[in-house]
Formats: sequence, structure tokens, C-alpha cells
Amino acid sequence: MGSPTKAMLLDWYRQMVLIREFEETCHRLYEEKRITGVYLHLYSGHEASGVGSMAALRKSDHVITAYRDHGIALILGMDPKAVMAEMMGKKTGSSGGKGGSMHLASKDHNFWGGYAIVGGHLPLAAGIALEARYHGKDDVTMTYVGDGATNNGYFHESLNMSAIWDLPVVWIIENNGYAMGTEVDRASGQVELHRKAEAYGIKSFGRVDAQNALEVYAVALKAVDYARKKGPVVIEHVTYRYRGHGVSDKQYDAREDMSAELKEWMATREPIKILRDCIESQYGDVGEVLAQHEADAVQIVADSVTFAEASELPSTYEDLMRNTYVSSDLVHKTAASVGAGID
Amino acid sequence: MPARNVAMREAIRRALREEMHRDDNVFVMGEEVAYWQGTHRVTRGFLEEFGERRVRDTPISEMAIGGLAVGAAMAGLRPVAEFMTINFAFLALDAIANHAAKVRYFFDGMFKVPLVYRAASGWGNQATASHSHAPEPIFAHFPGLYVGCPSNSMDAYGMLKASIRDDNPVLFTESIALYPKPGPMPAEDDGDFLIPIGKGDIKREGGDVTLVAYARGVDWALQAARQLARDGVEAEVVDLRWLRPLDMELVYQSFKKTNRCVIVEESLPMYSFGGEIAALLQENMFDYMDAPIKRVAAEDAPLPYSKEIELLALPDAQKVVNAVKEIV
Ligand SMILES: Cc1ncc(C[n+]2csc(CCOP(=O)(O)OP(=O)(O)O)c2C)c(N)n1
Ligand SMILES: [Mg+2]
Repeated sequence: MGSPTKAMLLDWYRQMVLIREFEETCHRLYEEKRITGVYLHLYSGHEASGVGSMAALRKSDHVITAYRDHGIALILGMDPKAVMAEMMGKKTGSSGGKGGSMHLASKDHNFWGGYAIVGGHLPLAAGIALEARYHGKDDVTMTYVGDGATNNGYFHESLNMSAIWDLPVVWIIENNGYAMGTEVDRASGQVELHRKAEAYGIKSFGRVDAQNALEVYAVALKAVDYARKKGPVVIEHVTYRYRGHGVSDKQYDAREDMSAELKEWMATREPIKILRDCIESQYGDVGEVLAQHEADAVQIVADSVTFAEASELPSTYEDLMRNTYVSSDLVHKTAASVGAGID
Repeated sequence: MPARNVAMREAIRRALREEMHRDDNVFVMGEEVAYWQGTHRVTRGFLEEFGERRVRDTPISEMAIGGLAVGAAMAGLRPVAEFMTINFAFLALDAIANHAAKVRYFFDGMFKVPLVYRAASGWGNQATASHSHAPEPIFAHFPGLYVGCPSNSMDAYGMLKASIRDDNPVLFTESIALYPKPGPMPAEDDGDFLIPIGKGDIKREGGDVTLVAYARGVDWALQAARQLARDGVEAEVVDLRWLRPLDMELVYQSFKKTNRCVIVEESLPMYSFGGEIAALLQENMFDYMDAPIKRVAAEDAPLPYSKEIELLALPDAQKVVNAVKEIV
């Protein structure tokens, strides 16, 4: 343990360019109305936050996040085809088209999902961590939470509960400066967000420059180890979103200060470039490998779009009702369903 | 089956205790469930018997109680989370309605959520407005959740066991007024006595009018039926037991015989249980309907402190009798 190997760094690069390509493609498809819906929150700019921290996990650990979940899903190894199909609401989507962009999950990857109610997934994280404690396992639950969510009751209740029950949760606050259009200092009395967790007796690993995957990883390693052995920890990732709150966010067009700020982050704190520079300074010219990862990303994402567009939409009453309950024979038959001749 | 009289509180306690012995993954959590022995004494003795791992006092954090149970259930445990009273479950409405009820659906069946929320419910005893609700129908609004509301000890026992063993999330309400009420129980050794989810029960047979009720409303309906019998009116009392799934077939069968119906509930009258049952009857049983459907519910006001006006707000047997007399 300690510093990442060359193979790890190259793999991080692969993950980060895949996410960026996937997200920018989603953005384009949305503009072209090939992805519909109103919610599409992209992970562009956040890549190092997820990649660096999840590199500190082992396979049996758990991951849960909010709606900004595409990158998390791809890092965990979910099939980009199933993820893209979910964006398009297709039957072949990872949630059968029932969840959409905000509700990706994969049981096989211990990915417990993306959740759309701000803070709503935080007690779920505590519950997942409780199962590990209950059965004497030392798996941790890595939980991503936005800066805005730290102002909501779920955050405070869940963190407090994780502290009194010594639950192995790694709380990662992804502080990207904004909750929709609200700056951190207009929404939070305490602007060093990790300190809110400290108030509940949770071990804080402080603030991390989350545009630098290596720094993220170094802290995550220590934090995960602590959580495994002792109990909950918090880390504050300082990051930035490149595509606004979601695809319908027009603030950056309307506000010069924000678009200047965005340009500044992209020019000086671009996570993919920072990683590339690190790799090159340590290992010299690896341009060929990196170029291959970039080309692969383009191909993988293009294939995912082809797959998703060729897939069927769910369309039947059975598709609509399926999985409301574990066994559907007890589902209350509404007058509407009776009227529709479905019995 | 021996008719041993056991209070509903004790029946619930027994069901919970037996299920905890049967399955190590069943655990209880909630405010004051452990050291205090349960606000309503349902978990009396549990801490001593099962220890802190499985009998977990929580802080006063309803949102976290509601959501933590969801995560634990998804991960393979079978939590029984207690809300001290259902009034406080309003703080957990998002966890219940948006998470417990929906995670299985929006991940298209990837996860099961085998949890039970228990909540003491009901009006009365000068508990005052914020502590006096019987809002079961609010929770029954959401597909993905089951809602069970027993009216007596044996049902409570079998329904809670079925709820704990089911792989779907269940909100299980316990009328505070019924906790001390004694009633018969199944045989001591029948630990597998289960009342199927969604199955109603005829509590009294009669051919003149159907009284549809659940939980405490069943008592008012039965009292009214006895009173009506003296005047030669035979009421059939249908105890739905579950608000979701709703055993409308049972109601329809009864209605086809009586052609008249009064719906009895402890909850508020607007957008209500009574409204739902009446709507379903007129949609599906119009040809059998000989009189307007009547509803008896609480009055449309918050509950006051002072005793006389508090009683005025509550439904009772006399209000049920009066409603029946208008249509027979
Ligand atoms: C309970 C709730 N309130 C409001 C919203 C609307 N909403 C969606 S995302 C969001 C901002 C959250 O910001 P943050 O937690 O910082 O996460 P970020 O989007 O920056 O990743 C808001 C207000 C919601 N989904 N849920
Ligand atoms: Mg934010």
C-alpha cells in the first residue's frame, strides 16, 4: 500500500477518460434530444474524486451516491452499454428503464445506487454499513454526498447515527462549490464542511484537492483503513462541476463570473491533465498507452450509444407494474387497471 | 384453538419475540425500545433477552430511522423499526414513501426491502392535536408499501409475523386504544400462525348492511352491530385488516348480499379510506347498490385538548348506528 503503481495510474487514466467521454456524449445526446427527460447531472470535472477514492476500496466494500452517479457506476465497472441504455429509458438499461440517469445501481458491483432526493441515501448508507457490523464483517460503505446535502436533516441524523453505532462509513463530501445555484457560503454557516461531521465525533481527514487523483487516493487509503477498524470517517473533496448542475443549467451562459470561474478551473485544475502530468513526470513518455485509452473510450461510448439506440423501450402494462412488489400478485388492482382489462 | 385472553400489546410482543428467535437477521430499532423497555412496553424484556446488537435504541432521528431500515433491509437484514407514535413518522415520510416503497421499483427489482415499520396510532386520551392522528390512509397511498392495521390480538399476532417474513416493506400500525384489549390467541405452539398479507376477515355475519372497517373502527362497527340487532337490523362487519393490498373482493361479496354499506374509520374524512371504498363500490358494484354509501370518520378538525370536544370529534358506535339508520 501507499503510492499507486504505474499500472494503477494508467488504469485511473483509462477510467477518467471513459467518464469524460461518456458524460460529454450524454450532454451532446441530450442537446440532440436523443436522451430525453429533465434530469441529467454529469460527473465531468469530478472524475478524480471518484476514481482516486474508490481505488482505496476492495471488492467486498460498498458504494452509494446521489444522482450524479454515472461516473461512480463506470468506475465500479458497470457496463457502459447498460448505463447508456438506462439514460434512454430502454429495457436493456441497468434499471430496466425504470430509474433513468439518477437511479443507476448494480448488485454485482456492490453499488447500492444513485438517489434523487437530496440526502435521502445517507441513512441507507448507514443501514448498509450496519449490516456489515451486524455480521462481523469489516467492509466499508463509501458514501458520496454533495455540499448542499450537508444542510439537510438526513445528513445530520445519519452522521450522528453512524457515530454512535461506530458504523464503517466513509462519508465523502463532494464540495463542488454549489448546490444548483447556491454557493456554499450562502447556504452553510460552517463552510469547512467536514467540520460538521467532526461535531458528531466523527474522525475527519480534512479537505483534499479532489482534482488530483493521487492526493485523493492517499487520503482515502488512510480513511478507509480507519473506517474498517474503528468507525465512521469524513473527507471533504474540493472539486468542480464542468457542466453546471445538470444539463438544463443555464447559469453559466447568463453569469460572467461563473463562466470565468469555470474556465479558470478547466485551465488550471483539470483532473485528467493533472493525472497525465503525474504519470509522465514519473514514468516518462507513456503517450501511446494514454492515446490508446482515449481511443478506446471513444469506441466504447460510441458502441454504448449504438446498443442503447437499438434497444427496445418498455411499453406494456406489465413493464409498468413489474417490481412494484416482490411478488406482483398482491398488487392492488386499481379501478383503472380493471377498466383496462388487465386482471 | 384455545381462547386464551391476551392483550394486543402482549400479542405483538410475542410475535416479535418469536420472530427474533426464529431469525437472527430480525432486529428492532427505535427510540426507547431497549433500556426504557419500549414506550408502549411492546419490547419489554428484549434488551435483556437479545442484547444491544439486536435491540437498538436510536436517537430522536425519524428520518434516519426510516432510511437506515431501508439500507439495512436492502443489505440483507430484516429490521423492525419502531416509530414511537405514528405522528412522528411524518418526519420519515420521505424515507418511507420515496425510499422504502420505491427502491425496488426504480432499480427494477434489483433489491428487496424486507422491513417492518411499527407505529402506535390513534386518537384520544387528551393527547392533543399533534399527537392525535390515525393517518394510516396517507401511508396506504403509496404503491410499493403494504399497510397492516390489526383490530385484535390474534390478528395482530399473525399479521405482524407475516409482515416480518414478507420480502416487501410493511407499515404496521397499532392502535394505542387497543393495546390493553384482551382477545383470544392461537395455540401456544403455533409459532407459524400467519395471517396472509392482504386478506380481510368477516368479523360478524349479517344480511342487511355491510360495515367496512379496520383497526379501532372494527370495535365501533361491532358495537353498533349489536345495538342494531336489537332493532332487527343484521349488520355484517368486514375487517379489512390491511389497507394495502386491499381485499375488495371480500367487500364486494358482502355488498352483493346486503346492497348497503357504511364505512367506519378513525381517520379524517377528506381524501380518505371511506372515500376510496365508496368510490370502488360505485365503480364496480353500481348494479347492487340500493342506497347511498355512508361514511363515519373523525370530524374534520384537529383534535382539541378538552375532553368533551375531543370526544365530539371522534367516531363512535352511535355515529355508526345513526348512519345505518339513514339507509336501511
Ligand atoms: C430533498 C430535496 N430538495 C431539493 C431537491 C432539488 N435538488 C436537486 S439537486 C439539488 C442541489 C444539491 O446540491 P449538492 O448537494 O451540492 O450536490 P451537487 O448537485 O452539487 O452534486 C437540489 C436542491 C431534491 N432533489 N431533494
Ligand atoms: Mg454541490
